[in-house]
Amino acid sequence: MKLLTCPMNGPRNIDEFQSFGPVRARPDPNATADRDWSRHLFRAENRKGIVIEWWRHVPSNYFFLAERDLVSNEVIRTFDVSELPERA
Amino acid sequence: MPLRLLKYGLSRDYPVSGDIPATPELKPAYDVVIIGGGGHGLSCAHHLAKYHGIRSVAVLEKGYLAGGNTARNTTTIRSNYITAEGIAFYKEGVELFERLSQELDFNVMFSQRGQLTLAHTEATMRSFHMRAEMGKHLGTRTEVVDQKGVEELCPLLNMDYGGPLEILGGLWHADGGTARHDAVAWGYAAQASRRGVEIHQRTEVQGFEVVGDRVQAVKTNRGRVACGQVLIATGGMNYDVALMAGVELPIRCYPLQAMVTQPLKPWLDTLVSSVSLHTYLVQSSRGEVVIGGGSDPYQLYSTRSTLDMKEHLAKGAVHLFPFLQGVRLLRQWAGITDMTPDYSPIMGASPLANLWLDCGWGTWGFKATPVAGKRMAQTIAEGRVPDILKPFALERFETFRLLNEMGATAASH
Ligand SMILES: Cc1cc2nc3c(=O)[nH]c(=O)nc-3n(C[C@H](O)[C@H](O)[C@H](O)COP(=O)(O)OP(=O)(O)OC[C@H]3O[C@@H](n4cnc5c(N)ncnc54)[C@H](O)[C@@H]3O)c2cc1C
Repeated sequence: MKLLTCPMNGPRNIDEFQSFGPVRARPDPNATADRDWSRHLFRAENRKGIVIEWWRHVPSNYFFLAERDLVSNEVIRTFDVSELPERA
Repeated sequence: MPLRLLKYGLSRDYPVSGDIPATPELKPAYDVVIIGGGGHGLSCAHHLAKYHGIRSVAVLEKGYLAGGNTARNTTTIRSNYITAEGIAFYKEGVELFERLSQELDFNVMFSQRGQLTLAHTEATMRSFHMRAEMGKHLGTRTEVVDQKGVEELCPLLNMDYGGPLEILGGLWHADGGTARHDAVAWGYAAQASRRGVEIHQRTEVQGFEVVGDRVQAVKTNRGRVACGQVLIATGGMNYDVALMAGVELPIRCYPLQAMVTQPLKPWLDTLVSSVSLHTYLVQSSRGEVVIGGGSDPYQLYSTRSTLDMKEHLAKGAVHLFPFLQGVRLLRQWAGITDMTPDYSPIMGASPLANLWLDCGWGTWGFKATPVAGKRMAQTIAEGRVPDILKPFALERFETFRLLNEMGATAASH
């Protein structure tokens, strides 16, 4: 079984985790046209490359981030939300 | 006889004719360039040539013919969807399958044995009632059956009476069936090439020449090809290929896995799927039990298989049919699926005037191979989108007119 290293709980089986998809910038709800909202809702990063994405360790309900290669499936690092580079 | 055979074998010009000609030289231009030589691209080529007289068509396939998801799918064909738009479209798809062997003059082994979807909860039963009413209203054969009905349709099922996964009833779809996936692709390829369509294998599109709002040409590993119209039908690579033309699709790629057991005596004549167990089974004409389920739980551009998924599928299969325990697995595989947010495809226009989309087929597009090809050919030939395809436009995401088919798709493709 594949392991994922949770920043809080250490290495755990991947089936203890839930993926929430790539991080995306949150637009200002009061100053965003419908078109941009639809982009925000429906288009997530899907390029062949490295993404930063949200994960949850389900038993402890802890959300964190992982940097992962969408082609090789290599997890480059996992880290706590406080370390997110640009919190948009 | 042996003499004649020998003469035939040694003759220089004996009439050998492969069904699908070897890849020819690329011409500098075609009226229509179809990117992707899977079932969808080939079906579109066939319909362009046969019904619209458009024969200057090149199908560009980066690998070998129909080696993408067309080769990997579990061949469920059905029209028991949720939305009126979806049901109308897939119904036409099933009807085309009913006549497909005649259309292609090639046996696609269409076997309309019906699909039984199982409910283990009251909530699922309610959703089945809705699907059955929608289906009946639109003229498909879809009905809710109770426990007795399920037992009659599939006597070997473990009903789990009194257990946590007791089967409460089912959705019986008599129109459902399977067909031989390779035969569908080969049949379309043979018919299309007989009418002058060129199929170029090992020809990868690597870029687009866009001038203003038009694609002037596509760039391939074998050179530049100018094009009147272009269709993207590249399965799991749809996001990637469209992006090369500057079009960003609301698609995310997930692997979808499946597996088959060793051949067994015929014992399962319907397609069976369970919503709660995320598992579906069908016995192939060779006797192998094909087992599939939901997509992988996170995005990935990979066709690797995982032990987790095999365990999950085996668990579901053994729960439904406990005598399957101890049966061996023969093969496993995966495909990259191009998933849309609403589990419906994206068909029709793109932001570029002569670039057309047949994308977002995710885990459910094999059944639509004939109808998508037919309707996309019509779109390209007439230069406008027919009514039946309009709801599937890319703009639906901007106007928030989604066609949510998740509940009718996630556990049985
Ligand atoms: C495991 C699995 C089970 C499935 N089960 C079902 C099912 O039961 N029922 C159902 O209806 N659907 C099912 N599907 C979905 C179905 O397989 C697909 O939606 C359908 O086959 C898509 O057909 P296509 O012709 O569009 O794509 P594909 O068959 O994938 O063909 C696309 C082709 O484009 C080529 N290509 C890619 N990039 C380029 C490029 N740059 N240049 C040139 N060529 C390129 C690829 O090599 C490929 O051959 C399943 C899929 C999988 C993976």
